[in-house]
Amino acid sequence: MPKPHVYLLAALIIALGISHVSDKIDPYHLDVLTGIGINIILAVSLNLVNGFTGQFSLGHAGFMSVGAYAAAAFSLFVGPRLLGSAGGTAFQQGCLFFGALLTGGFFASLAGLLVGVPSLRLKGDYLALVTLGFGEIIRVIIQNVEFLGGALGLNGIPPYTTIFWVLAFVALSVFVVSCLVNSTYGRGFLATHDDEIASEAVGLNTTHYKIVAFVIGAFFAGTAGGLYGHFKMTITPTGFDFTKSVEIVVMVIMGGMGNTLGVILAAVLLTLLPELLRPIAEYRMIIYSLLLIVLMLVRPQGLFNFKLGKAKT
Amino acid sequence: MSEFLQQLLNGLSLGAIYALIALGYTMVYGVLRFINFAHSDVFMVGAFIGYYLGKLVPENTVWGGLVVLLAAMLGCALLGMIIERLAYRPLRGAATLNVLITAIGVSLLLEYSGQVFFGATPRTFPAVFPSANYAFGSLVISSNQILVIVVAALLMVALQLIVYRTKIGTAMRAVSLNPKAAQLVGVNNDVVISFTFGLGSALAGAGGILYALNYPSIDPLMGVMPGLKAFVAAVLGGIGNIPGAALGGLLLGTVETFVNGSQWSTYKDAIAFAILIIILLFRPAGLLGKFTVEKV
Repeated sequence: MPKPHVYLLAALIIALGISHVSDKIDPYHLDVLTGIGINIILAVSLNLVNGFTGQFSLGHAGFMSVGAYAAAAFSLFVGPRLLGSAGGTAFQQGCLFFGALLTGGFFASLAGLLVGVPSLRLKGDYLALVTLGFGEIIRVIIQNVEFLGGALGLNGIPPYTTIFWVLAFVALSVFVVSCLVNSTYGRGFLATHDDEIASEAVGLNTTHYKIVAFVIGAFFAGTAGGLYGHFKMTITPTGFDFTKSVEIVVMVIMGGMGNTLGVILAAVLLTLLPELLRPIAEYRMIIYSLLLIVLMLVRPQGLFNFKLGKAKT
Repeated sequence: MSEFLQQLLNGLSLGAIYALIALGYTMVYGVLRFINFAHSDVFMVGAFIGYYLGKLVPENTVWGGLVVLLAAMLGCALLGMIIERLAYRPLRGAATLNVLITAIGVSLLLEYSGQVFFGATPRTFPAVFPSANYAFGSLVISSNQILVIVVAALLMVALQLIVYRTKIGTAMRAVSLNPKAAQLVGVNNDVVISFTFGLGSALAGAGGILYALNYPSIDPLMGVMPGLKAFVAAVLGGIGNIPGAALGGLLLGTVETFVNGSQWSTYKDAIAFAILIIILLFRPAGLLGKFTVEKV
């Protein structure tokens, strides 16, 4: 089996290839593909926290909003100074966008650190509520910050997001998460998930692993937010609410917690589903919630998890 | 000074509603050890039962109001018991995370079914109780505020009597203490848990009516914020602790009203969560809760 680095390189080359022929792809399909990519990044990064490390976060949309706002603010306020009035070349814009995404990821992971620290003392449903609470606090703060547009949101974000950037970050997030959990160091995440007390008894610093999971998960959620903002060109604080967090959680659960391939499949399916269900759009969330309940009753290990004996959460 | 009293009164009437909802969270947590996310939507359904029934009874009469209140409590009790039977009972003994996710699923199901069947646009809640304002100097007390505080106090006393003076209440406390041991001495856990859900949901239904009387614009998502805040109230008082939930609700309602009346009013939705995070960091068992040590 080739090294994972080879896969990453191959994925990046494919991304570059697709972006070269993107003019020939139907714009609607390209939009759907971008949506799928952003959701894959969100689901794969949440899977590190909820799936592999066994912490239940309900605030992923909050991290996404931090990233989206930080990245958008970078492009809007710092960008013109760096590029000059002419707007810069495509290459310069690309570099700026990469910087914006990293800024988004950085601020989101800072927020992740803030959530990770109280999470040391909390488990299960308490943690779920604190992360939810953080998401809400972030929303209220953004609504009150004047230069971020307040409740109206930020408009006129340059449309830097191309299919190349989306696919590249999908590849990067999958690569980082799977390399991390498959490494010797990363076994700590799985151990924290399997039995926290036993892990501590053999000398693992579970707190450290939880925080690292939160910070890395939040980083990629932030970059996904940055991609989303530069794709939609406008962001509002209410766009990243509790419903969005639940949507990502459903992807992770449906894919099977701690199963990267399953989670990717679930993200693809759940992004396509609303497109296919467009005629009955008002029932979409009802179908989502029923799906969630039935899944927990019938197949708690996830739809795409075929390994036996891995149902423990 | 009168401004302070006015805010305190407004805070107490809001807090009484939070306390009613918080009691449902805390009782369910007491017997099943999980957060019933759907509780806030049972609260919403209570308000909608009141909305539809309110059109049938004559407005501004005490008996009409009482009929609406009792019907909402009954309807919500039934709904709570149905939810428990269909969604939570099959998962008894499953991992807590699975139950939590199911609860979120039930909550979303109620919210979005509500949006489809009741419509997403806000409705005006009918004035089922007669209302008047009484002025004491510059202090204005509305009859609805008095109603909220009186009804909430009566229901809390009734709850206290049920839990500490009746056979089923004893069984509830037994299940909360140790479900297996309760079963061994002949307690039917299923009946007790079902009853607990019914009781908690009835209180949420009453809370829904009282909330809608004071804030008469109702919509299918109206339960989300009061529900979350009531949960914070339950944690603040010490989850699983009935007097704690009442105390937490009153405290939170008062704090929130004072913040709303100050220059930081736009942050009023964040204050509950800030309190939640602080309390969980420094006193995770809540104000009246007892600390437990995790055993292997």
